Amino acid sequence: MTTNDILHETYGALTANKVRTGLTMLGIIIGISSVIAMVSIGNGAQASIQSSIESIGSNLVIVTPGATRSFGAGPQQARGSAQTLTVEDGKAIQAEVANIGSIAFNVTSRQQVVAKGTNTNTTVTGTTPSYSTVRNVEVEDGSFIDESDVASSSKVVVIGPTTAADLFPDGDEPVGQQVRINNGIYTIIGVTKSKGGSGFTNADDALYMPYTTAQHYLSGNNYLSEIDVSAADAETTTQVQTDVTSLLLERHNITDSTKADFSTLNQADIIATASSVTGTFTILLAAVAGISLLVGGIGIMNMMLTTVTERTREIGLRKAIGAKKSDINTQFLIESIMLTFTGGVIGVILGWGISFVVSSLGIISTTVTISSVLLAFGVSAVIGVVFGYYPARRAANLNPIDALRFE
Amino acid sequence: MIEVSNITKTYDSGENSFQALKGVTFTIEDGEFIAIMGPSGSGKSTLMHILGCLDTPTSGTYFLDGKDVSTMTDNEQADIRRDNIGFVFQSFNLLPRTTVLRNVMLPLIYANEEPEKRETEARKALLAAGLDEKYFAHKSNQLSGGQIQRVAIARALVNNPTMILADEPTGNLDSRTGEIVLGTFQRLNETLGRTVVLITHEPEVAEHADRIIVIRDGVVVSDAKTHTKRKADHK
Repeated sequence: MTTNDILHETYGALTANKVRTGLTMLGIIIGISSVIAMVSIGNGAQASIQSSIESIGSNLVIVTPGATRSFGAGPQQARGSAQTLTVEDGKAIQAEVANIGSIAFNVTSRQQVVAKGTNTNTTVTGTTPSYSTVRNVEVEDGSFIDESDVASSSKVVVIGPTTAADLFPDGDEPVGQQVRINNGIYTIIGVTKSKGGSGFTNADDALYMPYTTAQHYLSGNNYLSEIDVSAADAETTTQVQTDVTSLLLERHNITDSTKADFSTLNQADIIATASSVTGTFTILLAAVAGISLLVGGIGIMNMMLTTVTERTREIGLRKAIGAKKSDINTQFLIESIMLTFTGGVIGVILGWGISFVVSSLGIISTTVTISSVLLAFGVSAVIGVVFGYYPARRAANLNPIDALRFE
Repeated sequence: MIEVSNITKTYDSGENSFQALKGVTFTIEDGEFIAIMGPSGSGKSTLMHILGCLDTPTSGTYFLDGKDVSTMTDNEQADIRRDNIGFVFQSFNLLPRTTVLRNVMLPLIYANEEPEKRETEARKALLAAGLDEKYFAHKSNQLSGGQIQRVAIARALVNNPTMILADEPTGNLDSRTGEIVLGTFQRLNETLGRTVVLITHEPEVAEHADRIIVIRDGVVVSDAKTHTKRKADHK
């Protein structure tokens, strides 16, 4: 039999009962399309979380006071807002740790910010000029705080675009205007560029001022709530983290590193953790979709077994006029492969469509990878072989005499 | 030429075994029209399966065109069925929803013939079986019983077999259509020199052949040309 003959026979057999063929195929279509859609949604989620983490800075090591490292219940957890980091700690890091790109000292608090007739509650970050490089903050309008502002504790602030919109809803130019925070009057010297609302917090809803100003007028002490260290490159991030940790342990006279009164967080670690979380979710979604694929495969097997029984006489006849076992085996195997393969193609198109719709509705920006399409095709072909094998063998092994007598 | 020598067939089903054929011997020359007749349970179906290479005998030998086919494997038997035997069944066994032409081409498809040759051979066989050309593109389920059996005969004829083996070919037909079918066999035998082996339980049907082998309880009880041959009335 030529390929052409086999395809002719297969087409005839599959179109003989279109409703049944369609319903059986539906199982595979749903399975394949959900695998494609789920994997693409998972990949999209992973990419969006990763980019939102990357947008907070590059090669960042974040030092915060308190031992947030131990998540278990215990007295240390209460020290989340502990005051253990000082400006001197930060300067020591800057002076002694190798491979540091830039470093920012932050004093963060929530404050009510009042403009003319409007007010908003936002995160006030007292920081150094280097913050703009460490945290990828760019100024749209005006300028960022500079060294002289820090040195003189100037009452100047830079606001985020969301904050600007909240405070000046009429579209007034914010730069040069004055706002009141905690009974002090501050002059706006700049507005930052939008970073886009990303995931956990809105980076555009922010207000920056020199850290010295924040210490003098808002917190009233010499402590820092965060030190952002930007390593020179991705390779040195771990080294910087290790060196910062040992330096601070030494400065704080702590010998047991598990009792540290600060914690360091590596941006790469955050990305890795988030990736592993979203990766797990993707696997979970794909596994659920995979189960539906399996169910679809069983549907194929069920239909093929029914077909073999229905066509027992036909199989007997084919054998009587000279078909070999292998001819019958091939014919039924090709039938089930065609069934799953066609279902697979439709499934890929449908899955692609679903992920396109999800993207265009703005829910999440999905990406259909070629590998997931190939995987889906491969899986559907394998399902055709696996679930078609037993029915095909059964057909091939029918005794032609019994098959011809079959009523 | 068909040489069957002392063939037995025993069916084993657990403790009780049943001997369907108890030593059958006969020879069929090329170009003969022969009927194998016997009541149900006589072993004629078993004999037909062995003659048709659908089954192997328990003992004895069966030479088809000089080849011993009694000890062949499944695949070798399939080749013999494809190249040397043309089957006509009581229940026609055409593929439904398939055109007449393609039904007849089926043995040639399994024989890997060229598509052009398949079609010319199939047309030739259909015309020889007496089916009008206007039915060639019809689906097999759009035909009448007599037409269907002619298609089946054409299918049996298409591979130029050593013998046409017809198992109760008139069993599902009314007597008039039956006559037409038997007339077709007679014509194929007389004008084209085809060897036809007709399996039946009806003496009137058997009498259309030149020679009748009567089988009963697994043995040949008579093998003769003593009857008056009936001429099929199919015009």
